[in-house]
Parts: sequence; structure tokens; C-alpha cells
Amino acid sequence: MAAIYRRRYATNFIALTLSGIATLIGLTFLAWILWITLSRGFSAIGVPLFTKITAYADQGGLANAIVGSLLMDLLAILICAPVGVLAGTYLAEYARKTRLGSMIRFLNDILLSAPSIVLGLFVYVIVVLPMTSLSGGSVSFSALAGSIALALIGLPVIVRTTDEMLQLVPGTLREAALSLGIPQWKLTVQVLMRASGSGIATGVLLALARLAGETAPLLFTAFGNNYMAYGPLDKMASLPVAIYQYTNDPNPAMHAIAWAGALLITLFVLALSLLTRLFFARKKVNHD
Amino acid sequence: MTSFAATPTTTADAQTTTASRTRIQVRGLDFHYNGFHALKQISMDIPERKVTAIIGPSGCGKSTLLRVFNRIYAIYPGLTASGEVLLDGENILDPRYSMNRLRSKVGMVFQKPVPFPMTIYENIAYGIRHHEKLKRKAMDERVEEALRSAALWDEVKDKLKQSALGLSGGQQQRLCIARGIALKPEVLLLDEPTSALDPIATGRIEQLIEELKKTFTIVIVTHNMQQAARVSDHTAFMYMGELIEFGNTEKIFTKPDKKQTEDYITGRFG
Repeated sequence: MAAIYRRRYATNFIALTLSGIATLIGLTFLAWILWITLSRGFSAIGVPLFTKITAYADQGGLANAIVGSLLMDLLAILICAPVGVLAGTYLAEYARKTRLGSMIRFLNDILLSAPSIVLGLFVYVIVVLPMTSLSGGSVSFSALAGSIALALIGLPVIVRTTDEMLQLVPGTLREAALSLGIPQWKLTVQVLMRASGSGIATGVLLALARLAGETAPLLFTAFGNNYMAYGPLDKMASLPVAIYQYTNDPNPAMHAIAWAGALLITLFVLALSLLTRLFFARKKVNHD
Repeated sequence: MTSFAATPTTTADAQTTTASRTRIQVRGLDFHYNGFHALKQISMDIPERKVTAIIGPSGCGKSTLLRVFNRIYAIYPGLTASGEVLLDGENILDPRYSMNRLRSKVGMVFQKPVPFPMTIYENIAYGIRHHEKLKRKAMDERVEEALRSAALWDEVKDKLKQSALGLSGGQQQRLCIARGIALKPEVLLLDEPTSALDPIATGRIEQLIEELKKTFTIVIVTHNMQQAARVSDHTAFMYMGELIEFGNTEKIFTKPDKKQTEDYITGRFG
């Protein structure tokens, strides 16, 4: 074998080995994290975790935090998904190569990487404080404020994926529809949204996964609650905040519950990722 | 093709063929994008119910010319056409000319087949629905008619409710043709309609073009000179944004008037 080939084989072997090791390191940490959450939280997993509220402390569970998280995450997605999809559509279809478009994209990327505590404080100022002065006195933390803060976390994710997914749709599909006399808005809603539907849905699920794990935006907005609450204007418990509070407790039994909560969030996000995969796998028949 | 005794005549303002009624009259058409002069004073008469092929090397402006005929270029900023393109005596470049009307009169098929992400049936019905309100039965008939005209009906009649994305490339392209003719246009623009297809699928499309020219005026842009020779009645040769020669296909391919045309046809450049 010529020297030049030997060298290529050697280079290939080294590159492959290094990338293999890098992958292994990443996976190891992932497995490690899963293992620790599972083993530490295991003792607290049981029926009471889902039925008892946090008011019972180490004798209780996380029922109110689970319900609170689900409600606030849902409301947050309901707020940010329509706004995000529409904004992403605007960027991809109406402002693709415009100055305004690239400015919005840039700002959206900043929002995407903004520290979540800043967003929490922002919502505290624009929602919680005004509502406090309206109610005349007691600080008006609310699930609604929490959801708005979470929505601000999810929004840039959805804007970006929608924008990118629509940009991936081949331009000829647009031309084909327009050449039939289909107006732009119909083309966008009925053809392009359908063509990139699974991608956009993926973006929404990713945003949900992202905001489900956020603690900081909720600290000054939904605050927390040791009892079950359902109203949008109530203070509301959530898993991340409960975990944060429990880990600050000296009682080891509380730590176990916190670990169990962490496991729940991890599993929730994992399930969302799997769902995302499913969405994307369904759409293998592509143009091209 | 040989039934055309007509000889192309070159008049002062337009290159034209005298064989049949003119469907599209192009007069002094200029096209610019981002400062680039892509079409230079094009004048030609495209005859009715014939196949007109536009050939020329890459970048000569042949696709650009085609895309003026239904003003699809207008969806991109910075592209301007000036001059006149008359369809039934009306200038389609006039901003007052309704885009809806133009697009229902002039259909287009693209290089790559681009079915909509819908069922086969919906791919056809979708465009019709935008222009006409039809009852269920009438719509079914229109869809069938369009698919039959595009020689696709027998292959898809049992799976009209299936996604069009599952069809083969050749079938998808015939579906796109069906979609275009379902609106009953007068003119059908084909932009290299077979360049993404295998020889068998190409053959079927070419047969189809023979059939369709009985009803429609067809303008086809093609890279493939054999294809232009096979399917077209008239051929326009373009080079660097100019219409060099336009005439009966047979004449263009056997004894063209211009040296440049001959050089291109015989493969000396391009």
C-alpha cells in the first residue's frame, strides 16, 4: 500500500477514535446524571409523591408542584406557541432578506440566550408589581405571571425553529403555489405550514422541554405555594421551585423528595424528546 | 412538424413565425436584476397551440424570459421587466393586470417536481378551488379530467387519497402538469420539466407535450437540444440575454440563419 494511503488510513483512525471518545464522554455524563437522579430520588418515589402536597414537608409529596408545573407550562406554551409561530412565519416568509428581518433575528437570539433570572425580574416588574398596586397591598405573585415568564423562555426557541423550518421548504414549492394564483397567505398557511408542520411542532415541543426545567423565572412570579392551587391569579407551586427549596432544607428526607422531583422533570423532558423524534420520523418522505 | 411550410420572417421590431395565430406577443422586453441586464430588447411572437422551445447556454436568460410570462419573477425584490408582453392584446406587465387572472391563464411547471404536501386529489383540487366554486361531483370530474389529460389517471385512480409525496419523480411531474392544466389555462410554461427525470419518465412527458399542444400554447425551456428538436414546432435561440434567432424548429436545427445559432446547435460552444 502506498504511503499516502497509509497516512490517510491512520488519520482516519485517529479522527474516528477521538470523536468516538468524545461521544462516549458525553454519553457517560448523561447516564451518570440519570443514574444519580434515579438512585437518590428512588426512596421518595411512591404513591404519596403524586398524591400529597408539599405542606406536609418530609411526610408529603409534590402533588401541588406537579399540577402547578403542568398548568403553568401548558399556559406558557399556549401563550408563546401562537406568537412564536406567527413571528417565525413573518421572519421566514415576509422578512427573509430584509434589514428588519435580520434585526429581529438578532434580537431573538439575544432573548434566546438571556439569563432566565432577568426574564423573571422583568415579568416581576411588568406584571407582578402593577397587579400588586391594583390589588392594593399584598404582593400579587401569580401563576399567570409565572406562565408569562416561562413563555418568554419558550418564545425565542419557537420563533427560531419556525423560521428555520420554513426556510428549509424549497422555494419552488412557493413558486408552484403562487403560479397557480394562490395568494401568499393561503400559500403560507395551507402549503408551507403543512410542509414544515412536523418541524414547527418539534420547535414547540423543544420549547416546552426547555421551559419545563426553568426555576429562576418562577421565583419572583409564581413564587410557590405549599397548597394545591388552580387559579391563574393564585401563587402556584412548581417542580423546579420545589426542588430548589427542598435542597436548601437540612432534612435528608426532603432531599430525597427533591431528587424524585428532579427525576420527574428529567423523565418529562425525555418523553418530550422522544415525542419530538416521533414527529420527525413520521415525516421521512420529503421533497427531494 | 413538417406540415409547417411557413418560413420565419424577421421584421424590424419582432422575430416572428407566420404559421398560426399569435398567443403571446413580446415587444421590446428588457429585464434587470440588481443592475444586471438579463434580457435585452426581446421581441417575439409565440404562436397559439404550438410548442415553442427556448434554448441557449446556461445564463442566457431563457428561464428568465419564461418567468416573465406569468410574472412569477415578481415575488422576488429587485427584479424589473419593462417593455410589453401582450396576452390576448393586453400587456401583462401592466401592474393593473390582475395577477389572479394572469396565473389562471398561464400555468407553469418547474424543473423539479414540487407536489404540495397533500393528497393526490387535493393537489389538483387546491388550485381549482381558489378560482372556481365547484360542487363535489363537478370537482371530482375536473380532477379526473386533469389527471387523464396528464396521462396519470390510470396510475393514481385507486389512490387519490394518498399523499402525492409517495409518487415517483415522473409521476410527480405529471401531477404538477395536471395541476397546471386543471385551471384550464391558455398557456403552459415548462421550465426544464424533464431535467430531473430518468429517460423513461422523460419520454412520457414528451409524449404528453405532443398531446397537450392540441389544447394549450406551450413554451418550454430546455437544456437538451434533442428534446427541443423532438417536441417543439418553433425554437428560439438565446445568447447572453439576446434573442439571436427564432423560427421553425426544423430550420433552426438544419440551416439556421445566424452563425451563432449554428455554432451552438453543432456543439461548438455552450
